Amino acid sequence: MTENSSPVETDVVIVGAGPVGLFAVFELGLLDLKCHLIDILDRAGGQCAELYPEKPIYDIPAWPEISGQGLTDRLMEQIAPFDPVFHFNRMVAAVEKQEDGSFIVTTDEDEKIHAKVVVIAAGGGSFQPKRPPVPGIEAYEDQSVFYSVRRMEEFRGHDILIVGGGDSALDWTLSLQPIANSVTLLHRRDAFRAAPDSVNKMKALVENGEMSLQLGQVTGLNGDDGQVTSANIKTNEGELTQIACTRVLPFFGLTMKLGPIADWGLNLEENLIPVDTEKFATSEPGIYAIGDINTYPGKLKLILSGFHEAALMAHAAKKHIAPDERIVFQYTTSSTSLQKKLGV
Amino acid sequence: MAKITYLAHDGSKFEVDAENGSTVMENAIKNAVPGIEAECGGACACATCHVYVDDAWAEKTGAPEAMEEDMLDFAYDVQPTSRLSCQIKVTDELDGLVVRVPERQA
Ligand SMILES: Cc1cc2nc3c(=O)[nH]c(=O)nc-3n(C[C@H](O)[C@H](O)[C@H](O)COP(=O)(O)OP(=O)(O)OC[C@H]3O[C@@H](n4cnc5c(N)ncnc54)[C@H](O)[C@@H]3O)c2cc1C
Ligand code: FES
Repeated sequence: MTENSSPVETDVVIVGAGPVGLFAVFELGLLDLKCHLIDILDRAGGQCAELYPEKPIYDIPAWPEISGQGLTDRLMEQIAPFDPVFHFNRMVAAVEKQEDGSFIVTTDEDEKIHAKVVVIAAGGGSFQPKRPPVPGIEAYEDQSVFYSVRRMEEFRGHDILIVGGGDSALDWTLSLQPIANSVTLLHRRDAFRAAPDSVNKMKALVENGEMSLQLGQVTGLNGDDGQVTSANIKTNEGELTQIACTRVLPFFGLTMKLGPIADWGLNLEENLIPVDTEKFATSEPGIYAIGDINTYPGKLKLILSGFHEAALMAHAAKKHIAPDERIVFQYTTSSTSLQKKLGV
Repeated sequence: MAKITYLAHDGSKFEVDAENGSTVMENAIKNAVPGIEAECGGACACATCHVYVDDAWAEKTGAPEAMEEDMLDFAYDVQPTSRLSCQIKVTDELDGLVVRVPERQA
């Protein structure tokens, strides 16, 4: 999208597609509010999908046991009638209030969405790559050590060291190998968490002498002025060696960081957004916060509490958008108008 | 019940009476053993409860399962007896267990 193209229009932008952001689509949808959701991850589900997709949750009412991914799938099914629009792989960079009280939400790719209300369901913050426990690595970050590949061209002709054994490590090994001067994949053990097909492709390249695979761990980096020249490696036999490299791509999983939310002019308390328990409103009229990101007396960081917050927030948001419209309280069981919205 | 000894990286020693069924991580947190962070609360999802099991005990505590082995990829200076302490359940068998806390967590 270019600078001057007009922004996408919607009723509500939800920052974060974790379980609470997803359920908010349902509650807002019952009140005829259309939602766009933005998440830095490449799929919905937040912590449930990223941190514990296969682990059971035992305290979702009426689900004696459900996995993190199972819960996410059910929520996606439940909100499908409301046609939410998802923007994945996007970080919400800015939220700016307009003169008429509406908001322009801007992503890190400079896409703009114009919304009447913003709901922050950002959980523990946005998922970002974990910094590997290598002493002194900070000095090289964004110059010769990268945690993601934004532009492949920056890696052309380089001696690349990729560290890790998951899908990101394997995918980038395969994508960068053709344009690199050399590629070394370093992993702690000869077992990979990645798709078997990628692992086979990588092993074929190694056999043909087109890249190398080393087993071991990085213990340090050498270089000057942010430019790495080699990495110190401890092999599994305990030997210390070095690998010459001019680019390092470590993949050590994701961790949650508050990120740009801190710059949106909201009151924060220890990286959480204080809200009231009637509307779940923040210090900025028209911006609400639900789920793990908010705080209030008695707050419990539970999914079920987030669901409750979503319901109350939705009614408050509706009143904010249409102050003169009377909201009739209805049950999905018996209201024919709600059932029509649900398509049942 | 089992007595567990934690050797922190700074050399300090913590002896703890642990209940059967609890985890080695939980007992470390309860007794404020320095260097065990356990960010994910024992879900095998963070690798910040990494310990080295004393060689003499490595066989009794056993080898990590696949998921734990995957998480260990994210830990610092993984060694042959590395375990995630949230995945070691206390039993009478482990009475006397000794674990060392690494220099840093992931
Ligand atoms: C291992 C583990 C086990 C758990 N077990 C349970 C349990 O049994 N029962 C229970 O009730 N709870 C459990 N929880 C807690 C539960 O997962 C959280 O309460 C829940 O995920 C919170 O949902 P949420 O939607 O508020 O936020 P999250 O799930 O954290 O989702 C927030 C999303 O927002 C995105 N985001 C944040 N900022 C931005 C930004 N600026 N731009 C773009 N995207 C952004 C993040 O990437 C993330 O995907 C567990 C948590 C963990 C880690
Ligand atoms: S506490 Fe997170 S993996 Fe053990």
